[in-house]
Amino acid sequence: MSALLDVAGIEKKFGGVAALSGCTLSIARGKISGLIGPNGAGKTTLLSVISGALSPDKGTVSFDGRDLGGLPPHRRAAIGLVRTFQIARELENLTVFENVVLAGSSPEEETTFRALFKRRGLKQSQALVFERAETILKRAGLWHVADNLASALSGGQKKLLELARALMLRPKLVLLDEPAAGVAPPLVKSLIGFIRELAAEGITFGIVEHDMHLIASLCDEVHVLAEGRLLVSGSFDEVSRDKRVVDAYLGRAA
Amino acid sequence: MTAYLVTILILASISAIVALGLNIQWGVAGLVNFGVVGFYSVGAYATAIVALGGGGAWGGLLAGVLASAVLSALIALLTVRLTDDYLAIVALGLAEVVRLVLLNEAWLTGGPLGISGIPRPFAGLVTEANYPVLLLGMILLALAATLLFAEALVRSPFGRALRAVRDDDTVAAALGKDALSLRIKAFAAGGAIIGLAGALHAFYITYIDPSQFTSIVTAYAFMAVIAGGRGSNIGLIIGAGSIMALLEATRFLKDFIPFLDGTKLAALRLAMIGAGIVLLLIFRPQGAMAEPRLSARASRPEAELKPDRLSERKVLPHAS
Repeated sequence: MSALLDVAGIEKKFGGVAALSGCTLSIARGKISGLIGPNGAGKTTLLSVISGALSPDKGTVSFDGRDLGGLPPHRRAAIGLVRTFQIARELENLTVFENVVLAGSSPEEETTFRALFKRRGLKQSQALVFERAETILKRAGLWHVADNLASALSGGQKKLLELARALMLRPKLVLLDEPAAGVAPPLVKSLIGFIRELAAEGITFGIVEHDMHLIASLCDEVHVLAEGRLLVSGSFDEVSRDKRVVDAYLGRAA
Repeated sequence: MTAYLVTILILASISAIVALGLNIQWGVAGLVNFGVVGFYSVGAYATAIVALGGGGAWGGLLAGVLASAVLSALIALLTVRLTDDYLAIVALGLAEVVRLVLLNEAWLTGGPLGISGIPRPFAGLVTEANYPVLLLGMILLALAATLLFAEALVRSPFGRALRAVRDDDTVAAALGKDALSLRIKAFAAGGAIIGLAGALHAFYITYIDPSQFTSIVTAYAFMAVIAGGRGSNIGLIIGAGSIMALLEATRFLKDFIPFLDGTKLAALRLAMIGAGIVLLLIFRPQGAMAEPRLSARASRPEAELKPDRLSERKVLPHAS
């Protein structure tokens, strides 16, 4: 079993604070991997380094056998490495449908030339994007609000929209940053079902989450981060029994 | 009276074209260009210099559009990594640099005296007295063509990507959009349109000097876009028209307020426009019209979408 994503020896400092200090881990192809750890462990920073939003001081990120060093975020998204955000970041002045169609449109369709010339071909390729957008919005349970502005969605719906947007990019790996944060419990349940369905279709997931119920019920493997590096990896049962993990969350006994 | 109306229509159309350019840059792509007048004057001067230097009226027009577009692309290239406020400062500074160059490089620009005798397109066809009507026809054609161009851009996948970059460039990048390149293209496209307006200005006045290019040009363009609704090309035509109508209508105030002299009245008119914009922002911040959106119901007619009206609401003005 080969790893889809390999992160090796990542270091990232913000001023004097080391957010990541030699973080090394890998995400297995076709699995759902959880990434947990106490606040300040460096989970979101790691996600930003992997997605290219932050460049690391040291270390390498390789995806699908390719070193991603220096590749800007939009190029990483284009090769199938897609992330979502901790606080849902919808494009507020675009409708739900537009958010999803945007993600599904290619750079070739978004040139000024195509806006002015050869518009028939563009119309045809866009029609295919519209069709996929409908399919994915229906699966995400957002079709009935497709023409509403994205800012009018509830917190949970915004999380679903982020996932739907990510799917439009035909991702190999989706990194979810706290998908259950601020989401009503019944919606968390349907979110878990949706993610499991997508994983069965071959999409690899990496999930940062504090909701242990979600981690326990979804993840094949869990990586525990503490103080900017990997503490331990294993199944949820294994890591939840690990003394080092308990110490990291609760503090060491005197 | 006809001459007066023709003048008003020409001025309103030129300012509407400027606003169309600004709308692509600021309304759609979120790039705060406080230096509109700089690009406008570069368009006018490039037109005059090339037209008089042997390029003729049409060569001048082309030069005006290209000069402003290239300058815009260069500025965008230099500043595209800056966030909103800093781009605004750079653009403001650029307009000032352009003004100083026009004022001081007399060998090229005629300095404070400006450039006169700018050749006009189709000037031989009609008499001098009738020319403004012909020019108005051409300017209306230019306005229509610009409107079509801007609408095609705004409603295309390109325009959608620009709106995404405007709303949140981090998210746009996470969705595979190259925000830097999109911004440069938007700034250059808007700059080309503003340059076109500058060229038309040169053809209309036939004599240009630095005093014609003050920051009020920038202010009118922003007012038109705000009043019309950011992102809406049709709306801003209404906006530009209303502002011109208001400006001209208040000219007749002197008949009703005899105790104010011309200078005071001019200041009062500007103050009224300013108050109008403030009121508009309080009571209708989204402007006259919303930006065009891609409707799921229209795009997938067979999918029977029942719209969910409960959660519909407006979120303008854009946070930027």
